[in-house]
Formats: sequence, structure tokens, C-alpha cells
Amino acid sequence: MEFSFMLMQLGKGFLATVQVFALTLIFSLPLGLLISFGRMSKIFPVRLITKFYISVMRGTPLMLQLIVVYFAPFYVFGLQLPRSYRFTAVIVAFVLNYAAYFAEIYRSGIESMPVGQYEAAKVLGYNKGQTFFKIILPQVIKRVLPPVTNETITLVKDTSLAFVLSVVEMFTAAKQIAASETTIMPLMVAGLFYYIFNLVVALGMEQLEKKLNYYR
Amino acid sequence: MKILEINHMKKSFDDLEVIKDISLSVNEGEVLSIIGPSGSGKSTVLRCATMLEKMDGGELIYLGEHAAEMNNEGRSVYASKKDLKRIHKHFGLVFQSFNLFPHYSVLKNIIDAPMSVDKISRKEAEERAMALLKKLGLEDKKDAYPFQLSGGQQQRVSIARALALQPKILFFDEPTSALDPELTGEVLKVIKELAQDNMTMIIVTHEMQFAKELSDRIIFMEDGVIQGEGTPEDIFNTENERIKDFIGKFAG
Ligand SMILES: Nc1ncnc2c1ncn2[C@@H]1O[C@H](COP(=O)(O)OP(=O)(O)O)[C@@H](O)[C@H]1O
Ligand SMILES: [Mg+2]
Repeated sequence: MEFSFMLMQLGKGFLATVQVFALTLIFSLPLGLLISFGRMSKIFPVRLITKFYISVMRGTPLMLQLIVVYFAPFYVFGLQLPRSYRFTAVIVAFVLNYAAYFAEIYRSGIESMPVGQYEAAKVLGYNKGQTFFKIILPQVIKRVLPPVTNETITLVKDTSLAFVLSVVEMFTAAKQIAASETTIMPLMVAGLFYYIFNLVVALGMEQLEKKLNYYR
Repeated sequence: MKILEINHMKKSFDDLEVIKDISLSVNEGEVLSIIGPSGSGKSTVLRCATMLEKMDGGELIYLGEHAAEMNNEGRSVYASKKDLKRIHKHFGLVFQSFNLFPHYSVLKNIIDAPMSVDKISRKEAEERAMALLKKLGLEDKKDAYPFQLSGGQQQRVSIARALALQPKILFFDEPTSALDPELTGEVLKVIKELAQDNMTMIIVTHEMQFAKELSDRIIFMEDGVIQGEGTPEDIFNTENERIKDFIGKFAG
């Protein structure tokens, strides 16, 4: 097999990896915030449900969650979904899982905010929405950036789990080539891809952190 | 004209009765200082007056408008949200620990509330802010962030932030207690200048000399009640042993 052909196959897989990564972040970052609100809600049942949700998402393997999300529509609702649902299922499962982790990160960030910030805003006449979005959230983002970076790097590696639903991302592509050509080279190249991807992610987060360092 | 009137304020935290029965009023342009031992409930009075805490009993009246009325049992009944929002604009509060917004520059700390709460234009808000910064000697700090300022400068910015909303009365809760001794002077000076401009103020302080020079009236609080009230002269020459003791400790 041509080296360039292998690279092309890996490249296609890489594209799928990036898609899973990007879509997961885009949806799970805001969803996590919503879930963290539920987790801190004054309404007891809401708090209980979100707490249970988070513990299930964090307490069971992501691989199992992928399978459940994929098969649930059929086994629970009797729905026949097209093959293309596989990719959607991967994204849904990743988003549900990562949102739970992000929710806990946001919660600890929000709870670490000094009460004086809320009180100053209240006395100045800010309403609840203004207080949260103008005063609290920007500071929370700065505080949670390090743990969010950790999760994001884990996500890059977790994308390989998409193989469970036969979505051919980079790792699956590498495994297939490796099997048919009996060489571990594609796996090594894939490893390099992951590494570089993560370097870029870490670098991006570092830049963001620097940007937010204009205040303390 | 009475700017603030508090009648029979009561406040408990669980079983702890912190404010037992406090009544006081402040006229326009008057400076009232509240002194008293730690834990006597001074901060709680300010927090109830600024609606950071809800009082259990008593009335709270700003410029004749009831923020809270008393029902037959003397319990506080608060006005509607809409009314409270309007009444809120009458007062400002300066905290012991400044509570500036660390992610905003000095200028943004001062203009943001007038713009997003009172909806005034950026131009007007900036003009107001620059005039205040000039008055408080902080013109050159407008682009600095709070962490780059000394405690005294931060407290002056927080005073400017409160003044930018043009309150009718300003509350101070031990505005110099968090400062190194060499920095208290600059903050006290600013408050004195406000007094000369006839700003109506209620100041909780442990700075006895300052309270004596500045106040029209002084209230001595202990155990959730007012133990003594009068002009600085009255208070500093009182025969009341508790007040004498207390002042002695701080003057010494
Ligand atoms: N949020 C609160 N919960 C419970 N107790 C409180 C709270 N705030 C104040 N207290 C208690 O009320 C009393 C008076 O406090 P405070 O008003 O801060 O006194 P001061 O400002 O005169 O030192 C203290 O015993 C304090 O512990
Ligand atoms: Mg106090």
C-alpha cells in the first residue's frame, strides 16, 4: 500500500475525529452550564434528578453509554433509525457524558466565587441575569479553565471510542489498515496525529489562559 | 427632609436575635456614625437597610417611600418588586472589603452599573466617571485593574462606583478596617470631602477621631439595641459607663 494512500485514509478518519471532538465541545460546554444550574437549583427534585444524572454519567463507562444511546430508540421506542444515526448517536452520547463532567466543573467554579461579588452587584442594582452573565460567569470561566483543559484533552483521546458504533474515526481507520497490511505503522502515525492534535488543543487553551491573565 | 427612616427594625439569624429593636432616621445632608463593639449588629443594620438581608420586623422608608411596612404584629411587609427596584436607586453601599469587579478596569467598574442598570449613555457615564475619578485623585488609574491598586485606591474606586449611580444616601461599613494603617487616611479624607459636599451618609466605623470630627450625630450600638445617641459632644462626654469604656479603648 502506498504511504500516501494510508495517509489519506487516516486523514479521513482524522476528519471524523475532529468532527466528534468539535461537536461534542460545542454542545456539551453550554449544556454543562445548564446542568450545573439544575445541580444548584433551589428546587429539590431538580437538584436530585441532575445529581443522579451526573452520577450515572460519571459512574458508567462511556462505551456503554454509546451503546445505550444507539440502541435505546429501537429497544425502548421501537424506532427504526437509518445507519447514519450511528454518527448522531456518537455525538449525543459524547455530549451527554461530557456535559456531566463540565457541569461539576462549573459548579465548583461558581461555588468558589466570593459572596461579596454577588452583594456588590445586587446593591448596584444589577438584576440576576446581569449579575451572572456580566460579573460571575467571566470570572468563573477563568477559574475553570485548567480543569476544562484537562477534560478537553481527555476528549481528544476518547473520540476513538466512536469505533464502538462503527464510526470510522482515525483510530479505527488505523486499526483497519494495520490489520490488512500487517504493519503497526498506521497505528504509530495515528498516535502522532493524536499527539499533535492535543498539542494544538493545549496550546490554544494556554493562549486563552494568557488572554484572561489581564486580571487576578 | 428625611432621607432614611428605620422604625423598630428586628432581625434574627435562626435563634440568634441580632437586631432587637432599632429606630433611627437621617436627614438630608446629615452624617450619622454608628459605633459599637464587634458583633453588636452594626453590619446587620446596614445590610437590612440596603436590602442585602430581609428584616423580620419593622419599617424601612426612603424619602417617604416605604420599602417595608409593618403589619399588625410588627412584622415587615416588603413593597412590590417594581417599587423596591425604584427605591433601590436611593442608596449605595461601600463594603469593608471593596468588592470591586476584578475583571473590569477601574473605569468599567464605575460606568457599568450606570449604563446597564440606569441605561444612561456611555458618553454620559464616562463623563460622570472621569469627574469622580478626578475628584478622588485617581484620574491616572482609569485603565488599571483592581489588582494593580493599593487597598486605599481600591476603596476609593469603590466609593466612586457607588457615587456614579448618584444615590441620595451612602452607607459605609467599616470602610477602612481592611486597610493598612498608612492607607486609611486617604479614604477618610475622601469621605470628609463628601461630607463637605453635603452627601447624606451613615458610617459604621472604629475610627473614633474621624467619627467625632465628621458626624452630625453618633449612635452607640450594643447587643442589637441603640445604647446611646447624640452629637459627638454628647457621646464623647457621656456619663454612660459602657460608652465611656468603649470610646476609651479606641482612643487609648
Ligand atoms: N448571615 C448570618 N448568619 C448568622 N449569624 C449572623 C449572620 N450575620 C451576622 N450574624 C451574627 O450577628 C451578630 C452581629 O453581627 P454584625 O452585624 O456583623 O455585627 P458588627 O457589624 O457590629 O460586628 C454576630 O453575632 C454575628 O455572628
Ligand atoms: Mg461589621
